[in-house]
Amino acid sequence: MRAVIAEDSVLLRVGLIKVLEMGGFQVAAEAGDAEGLLAAVAEHRPELALIDVRMPPGFTDEGVRAAMEIRRRWPGTPVVLLSQYVEERYAADLLSANTSGVGYLLKQRVADVADFVAAVRRVADGGTALDPQVVAQLLLRRDSDPLARLTPREREVLGLMAEGRSNAGIAQALVVSESAVAKHINNIFAKLDLPVVDADHRRVLAVLRFLGASRD
Amino acid sequence: MTIPAGLRRTVLRAQRDTGFLAAGVLPHLALVPVWAWAATTTARTGNWLLTGSVSSALALLGTPVLTAVQRARYRVLIGVDVPRLTPTAPERWTWASTARWVAATRPWRKIGYHLLLGPLLALLELLVLAVAAACLAGVTAYAWSWALPTGIRQDWFGYLTQLPAYTAAGFLLLCALPWTGRAVARAEARLALGLLGPSRAQRLQERVDQLAVSRTDLIEAVDAERRRIERDLHDGTQQRLVSLAVNLGLAIATRPDLPSDAREVIARAHLEAKEAIAELNDLVRGLHPAVLEDRGLDAALSGLAARTPLPVRLRVDLEERVAPNVESVAYFVISEALTNATKHANAMRAEVIVRQVGEVLRVRVTDDGLGGADAAGTGLTGLAKRVGSLDGAFHVSSPVGGPTTITAELPCAR
Repeated sequence: MRAVIAEDSVLLRVGLIKVLEMGGFQVAAEAGDAEGLLAAVAEHRPELALIDVRMPPGFTDEGVRAAMEIRRRWPGTPVVLLSQYVEERYAADLLSANTSGVGYLLKQRVADVADFVAAVRRVADGGTALDPQVVAQLLLRRDSDPLARLTPREREVLGLMAEGRSNAGIAQALVVSESAVAKHINNIFAKLDLPVVDADHRRVLAVLRFLGASRD
Repeated sequence: MTIPAGLRRTVLRAQRDTGFLAAGVLPHLALVPVWAWAATTTARTGNWLLTGSVSSALALLGTPVLTAVQRARYRVLIGVDVPRLTPTAPERWTWASTARWVAATRPWRKIGYHLLLGPLLALLELLVLAVAAACLAGVTAYAWSWALPTGIRQDWFGYLTQLPAYTAAGFLLLCALPWTGRAVARAEARLALGLLGPSRAQRLQERVDQLAVSRTDLIEAVDAERRRIERDLHDGTQQRLVSLAVNLGLAIATRPDLPSDAREVIARAHLEAKEAIAELNDLVRGLHPAVLEDRGLDAALSGLAARTPLPVRLRVDLEERVAPNVESVAYFVISEALTNATKHANAMRAEVIVRQVGEVLRVRVTDDGLGGADAAGTGLTGLAKRVGSLDGAFHVSSPVGGPTTITAELPCAR
């Protein structure tokens, strides 16, 4: 699997390359800003783009905008955004079009190498990886009355689901059986009036759509 | 031989004041010919309409020029700055607004100064100059006497008695001269400030305007500084820490063959690094979250609420983004209030409401904690100060037993 990295901190770039190589990726190119990133993606057509949200020149959301551009010009390119702080608005921008092959994680998650590699792999395979912090922010949507109808346990399940975990993953996290998880999920869909679908990212899409992440 | 510093200063000052007074004579007398001509011509021909209009026109035309001359004289020669009267031009020139604008330049006082007071001041100045000349002549009486032919000197009885008297009188006057000059110059400066400068109300108004601008500048400078620190930390320290944590994580993941005690040390370091990152993140966010600048209050608050360890209901109704310094203060107030609710009040839940009503941003944070918050405590005083820096209103209601409500109203006219 070929990957492209965009990160302005040289120090961190070295670490990211090592982590990705450990996860079985080959880093085809590295860039320090959005322009270099787009050029690298155009040249290498990678199976993964790992992008820092804040990059030169403006150090605001260049990475998000570059990611959107990549998704627009080369649809289906898996993209993982890394950020010092996770803001659900950036995630919303990214997820509004299509949630397959999208990841948005805190930078410090890279330090938990095994988990991070697993999350990146999930995205490269067309799945979703959202940081728990984003999910927490998404769940905080104001005036989301239907959410109030969920039990605390169901909220937990919804949160894990929004992170992009499978039923098995959720069961593992909550230390319950998979059938219990399936029951919770069915309840959630029923309470939220969502069509029951089975693919992981579809579930995330449903969750995010409901949570109003795809506004504007 | 060196001249004592005090004496040198006195001499220089006397020289300066005398020069200043001398420079005042002509401009102070400038309008005398005008009204003298008007008076004599009217007496001769009785045509007061012509002379009146001509002399009035000359006085009106001369006033701005003479005022400028006098201001230069005060500023250059004795360092007194008579402020220029420049009222802000009205948006629409109607009769009323024009009249108000003209009145704000205080024309009658200026005309009075140049027309009536000027000649009196000129007389005073000439008097001081005459005294100066007399005392110089007196002090140097002996020098003059030597210039006289020997015959006259021998026949002059006063040579032994009058000359010392002239010299002594000259010395006395010479000693009094610096103070006289000083007093007259000061009196003139005071009159000029009163008649040519702005009134007290105008001066205060101007000062208030200046202070308002400088305060805004200061607040913006502080905000910019916070943003700079945030960026420096983000681009430097935080990246280094993350990189450190990543490398430690790599060490754990790639070297399972290490002895267990070494692995344990690395694992602990790894954990510490991650905790340090989390701590630093919270600290830097409290400083100035980048998303606030980038996406505004609503986005920044959802992040804040999500990180607060208790359930927060958040309602933000904003028609458009408010000014950055208002956003920053609102964010700071809410951040601090939620921290208090978590740390001190043992609250179970909190509610944040941000609404824009006309030109006021209303911020309200309520928690169901213990209450009894001390409005005079350091944290809340700090909040009140920051709100006050924008002319906002800040209110804390915290009865013992709760609930605690903190409200801030921030003016946000754009």
